[in-house]
Order: sequence, then C-alpha cells, then structure tokens
Amino acid sequence: MKRDAILIHEKDNVATALRDIRPNEKVVIGTGGKSSVIQVQQPIPYGHKFAVRDIPRGEDILKYGEVMGRATQDIAEGTHAHIHNIESLRGRGDLER
Amino acid sequence: MEFQGFRRKDGSVGTRNYIGILSTVVCANEVADDISRHVEGTTAFMHQQGCCQTPVDITRVNETLIGLGKNPNLAAVLLVSLGCESTAVEEVAKAISEAGKRVETIVIQDIGGAARSVAEGTLLAQDMVQAASKLERTTFPVSELVLGLKCGSSDTTSGLAPNPALGIASDLLIEAGGTSILGEVTEFIGAEHLLAHHAKDEHIGNQILDLVKRMENRAKVVGDDIRGGQPTGGNIKGGLTTIEEKSLGAIAKAGAAPIQAVYEYGVAPQVKGLVVMDSPGREPEILTGLAAAGCTVIAFTTGRGAPQGFPFVPVIKITGNKVTWDRLRDHMDINVSSVMEGEETLPDAGKRIFREILQVASGTLTKAEISGYTKAMDIYTVGPVI
Repeated sequence: MKRDAILIHEKDNVATALRDIRPNEKVVIGTGGKSSVIQVQQPIPYGHKFAVRDIPRGEDILKYGEVMGRATQDIAEGTHAHIHNIESLRGRGDLER
Repeated sequence: MEFQGFRRKDGSVGTRNYIGILSTVVCANEVADDISRHVEGTTAFMHQQGCCQTPVDITRVNETLIGLGKNPNLAAVLLVSLGCESTAVEEVAKAISEAGKRVETIVIQDIGGAARSVAEGTLLAQDMVQAASKLERTTFPVSELVLGLKCGSSDTTSGLAPNPALGIASDLLIEAGGTSILGEVTEFIGAEHLLAHHAKDEHIGNQILDLVKRMENRAKVVGDDIRGGQPTGGNIKGGLTTIEEKSLGAIAKAGAAPIQAVYEYGVAPQVKGLVVMDSPGREPEILTGLAAAGCTVIAFTTGRGAPQGFPFVPVIKITGNKVTWDRLRDHMDINVSSVMEGEETLPDAGKRIFREILQVASGTLTKAEISGYTKAMDIYTVGPVI
C-alpha cells in the first residue's frame, strides 16, 4: 500500500506527511514494514508533522524515537504539530535572562 | 576502488588542479576576484576577515588561509594582500610553500593600486596555470579521498532520505580506508548523545559533548531563543520545528562509522576514518573550514535547495525533496526522492551517492562548478570585529 506519511520510530507521537494532506482525509502511515490509518483533521503541508495520538500539554514530542521538543498545548490526534504547539528545549537563551 | 586524481609534492591527492588566488584580507577581495576573472584555470577565495579582530581570530585567519593554500586541489597559490592588514601574510606564504607548492604574493599598496596589481597578478597567474596544466590525472585508491559532509537549507526530507543515504556512502568510503569530516556542531544540539555513542572511546565522546556545550552557550549568551536562527525560517517552512529535530536528522549523514577524533575549525585530520570538526552550520564558514581541513570533495544534502559550492572543492548537491529537484535543477546533482517514495532503498541510494563521489573526484563537474556559484565564502571567527 502506498504510504501518505511516515512514522520513523514506533515510539514516535508525530508522523511526517509525504504529500500535501487535506482535512478529513484518511491517510496511510508507514512504520518500517507496518502501516496504520488515521483521519487527519487539518491541512498538513508536504514534510510537516501531525500528531498520531492525543498529546497532552507538557509531553515530550518524539521523532526518530528521540525527544525533539515539548508540547506547549494539547495536540489532538490528526492535527498539525509545529512551532505553534511545540517548543524547543535547547538553545533557550531567553529562559536564562 | 579507485579514482583519477592529481598527486601533490607533499604526498596528498587532489581532485582538481586549480591555481588558488587567495585574498588575505577583506580589502583585497576585489583584486583577487578580478585576477581570477582574467585567467582560466584559477579560482579566487574571498572572505570578510583579516583585520581589526582579536588575536584569536587573526590566528584563525592565518591558519585557515594556510589550510586552504595546502589543500591538494590547488597546484599553486597567489596571495593577494592589501599591505596593512593583521594577517601574517609572509608566514602564510611560507607555511603553504612547505607543502612543496609555488606561492607568490602581490601587495596592492606596494605595487601601487588595484589596476597595476591586477596586471601583475594576472601575469603571475598565467605562468602558474601553464605549469600546472602539465600535470595529468593518475589512478589512486579511494583511501586518498577526504570527504566533507554537509547539509543545508534542510527540511524534513533531509533526515529521511539524503542524510541517511549520505551516511551509508560515507561508511563505504571509510570501509575502503578513506576519511570523512563532519562539522556543523550547531546541528548536533539535541542529538549529541547519539553522536557521543558513536565515538571510538569515552574521551572522544566527551570532546564531542564539550564542543556542543561551547556552541550552545555561544548562542545562548545573546539572551534569545535560537529558533528563527536555528532552525532557520526556511527550515520551519519546510516542516522542521526545533533544533533538536533538525539535529536528529542532520547527524544521520555521519553514518555508522566510529568517530576517531575531534578537531578545531579548519584543522586537517591526522587520522583516517570519520572525524568531527568544530564549525557552525552556515554555508560560507563550514565549507571554508572543510576545505581548510583538506577536503577534496564535499557531499552536501539539501531539502529546500542550497545553491553554494566552493571555489576549488567540488560540492555535490543531494536532495530528497522532489519539488526542489524539479525546481532547482541548475543546482542539484543527485535526486534521492525515490527513497521518500519507497521506490529505492537507503543502501541503494547510498551506493549511488558513493559512485557519484568517485566520478566527481575523477573530474565530473558538479552543478555548482558549472554555474560558478562559489564566491560568497567566509572564515568562521569567534570574537568581535573591533
């Protein structure tokens, strides 16, 4: 089956879109040899990420099976996960002023 | 596995045979550029440094120019000096000539202005090109190659296809006895624990962690969130959200080989295999650092389409973004979007990149060389301009 998005590591809570995805589309997410289907709620541009499950505010965002940031608000399954709801934990000179 | 290169007197092997016109200070750039435009077979290296800097950076400029001059892709070197700069021009000339190369220096203030300097430099460069043109390519094992690893204008495709594929190509080179240099310490932030795990021992691992701490502190001292600077606005448009995410994708280009040593910016490795070099992620500074460290070919992955090459080191552009491949054909050399589509495996894409590296090392031109998109370079400095 052709995949629409990729979940790099099975621990990850965000997937990367392999094409522009429209709201309410059911998309195939590939992980290694396996795949699953979820309904995407918002437009997701090519290369951008969406949550593959509900992520509560304050939870680590996982990609490559590693921590890539933290949720600054609740991120619902199938919604766009990017700078509006994820913060970096590194290089934060603003937090040390 | 072999390639066709140029043997230098110090035993090193180049992939190109240029006369390098090296500007020793920002104020001499125009003359260096003008000479290179007049003489086929030359290439100018220009930068913004060399004067009104603290001693640590003056030393950095001297050492970087020496490293560039010694790069095996240069047959001979013409230094273009203004005359009043802080750069130790005579010392730079002497150090480069110790590699067995002809080095000439012209000083604009002594000769009497730009026009006379261009004329004199042009005549010297013509003579040097004629001598260099007599050297022919001969066959060398790939263990003589020094490969620079770089990614730029990244997006989320970078970490999925071109970076891991380049990592496989780098591993193939290292298995064959070659050397790869990984820079861009900014893009270790958030992934340094994985790189440290690749170090050959704990000491090297700690050196990697220290480099990252130094780079992160340098960024934090200005009191801002580095987002916008790293990841860049373009990275963010491409879907990269945090520096951690960018780094986790970026380090894939290091492959699986153990990291043998850690070096300061522009320092030539004394060992074979994979090594780490301090440098920022920005193109002009890291490309110069890789060239000064002796890289004779650079593999550069990109998502959104970074156009830069380097004046005398071929830079191979690799993208996994099908839109970028179609839109920026005059800058891209290798398309691995097939991996994104699931139509090609990463090992196959890695082998394809490795074969292309050998072809480019043997003389196949890259898009950056053909288009001449190689001029906007600089030297990485750490102190203020004063």
